[in-house]
Amino acid sequence: MELADSLLSGSRRALARGITLVETGGTPARKLLSAIYARTGNAHIIGATGAPGAGKSTLVNALALHWRRAGKTVGIIAVDPTSPFTGGAILGDRIRMQPLSGDPGVFVRSMASRGRLGGIARATGDAIDLLDAAGFEIVIVETVGAGQGEVEIASAVHTTIVIEAPGMGDDVQAIKAGILEIADIFVVNKADREGADTTIRQLRSMLTLGSARHHDWTPPILRAVAMREEGIGEIAAAVERHRAYLHGGAQLAEHERARIAREFQLIVQEAALERARAEVGAEAWEALVQRIARREIDPYTAADEVLARAT
Amino acid sequence: MARKIRVLVAKPGLDGHDRGAKVIARALRDAGMEVIYTGIQQTPQMIVEAALQEDVDVIGLSILSGAHMTLLPKIAQLLHEQGLDDVLVVAGGIISDEDARILMEQHGIAAVYGPGASMHDIVKFVQEHAGVERDS
Repeated sequence: MELADSLLSGSRRALARGITLVETGGTPARKLLSAIYARTGNAHIIGATGAPGAGKSTLVNALALHWRRAGKTVGIIAVDPTSPFTGGAILGDRIRMQPLSGDPGVFVRSMASRGRLGGIARATGDAIDLLDAAGFEIVIVETVGAGQGEVEIASAVHTTIVIEAPGMGDDVQAIKAGILEIADIFVVNKADREGADTTIRQLRSMLTLGSARHHDWTPPILRAVAMREEGIGEIAAAVERHRAYLHGGAQLAEHERARIAREFQLIVQEAALERARAEVGAEAWEALVQRIARREIDPYTAADEVLARAT
Repeated sequence: MARKIRVLVAKPGLDGHDRGAKVIARALRDAGMEVIYTGIQQTPQMIVEAALQEDVDVIGLSILSGAHMTLLPKIAQLLHEQGLDDVLVVAGGIISDEDARILMEQHGIAAVYGPGASMHDIVKFVQEHAGVERDS
């Protein structure tokens, strides 16, 4: 496959086209992904998540600059929300990543969430695979501004960084379920602001309550002022420690298995949906939706019928 | 799924007046497009590199500084060097009719909009012309 060959030999144009292809989905996307899959599995994949305004883009920019100085290549996927009303999106994360512009060792791609609510897009996992196959040593995924439910990132990456800023919630916010549970590393950004110590204290006391996810990894809580590139070296060192931890035992294999299990499930879901739609046809599909809306048939029975036809 | 129209909205050059660019970005978003907004003070190299990485169908450039006869041909030339000839380039700003004619006839700028241009016309033009020359 020509596009796959160009992508694997380092063409940035082919990589960009490839990401568009996997975002669109369908058979050409699957062909591309199956052609490059054997070349994936080398990148260390990092997720950066946190509330809107916590400083995710600025921190990702600072981390990428740090790793570039260390000679590592960095691919970035920055996800922003799609408007549920118009289907359009404004993707603005590049604004904070200008210092990375013009560096051939960096590739930044903005991605709209396209209706997915987990904080990343359906195609984010596929785009990670393309960057990985294209040879980027580190891949960073920046989620949409996340709250308490956008936890999908953790199963798509190796190391999850949760970014907090001072003054964004009381200690009850800190013990709720959600993104705080998925952190491998906490960063309290804007640590020069008032309230940083309180935020750190709250996170620390939450952690002493125990973590459901890890037995032998305690997420460090690190301070940073990403705008001034302060505290970035410590975060990079913590990522490295976490990577070593994953590689040290059975953790990485288990993590990879879970990540692949999730990806595989999504691939099957999508393929099944696509086949069912094709088999039924757009008009009959819409007619079925209308019948469900009129309560003439329930959606479960309708789904069974559609799937029976598609196999 | 149909491919979404992706648009890069950027401000080349040194003027910092980005209200127009933001209004356009918002209108294109409301028309269902994915708009990559890169902000002010972009060099032609930065714009073309972003267009390549983001695989956009359209570049919308806002220039109010008067430097359009230098910046726009430079961007067009860099796009050509990168093999991005199928990207639609649309410009807006304070650009005289004579300059607009030269930009469109000699430098491949698809459309030039000045003050008073209708948002509806701009959105419609982009919808009708985006990605038509793309092979995939």
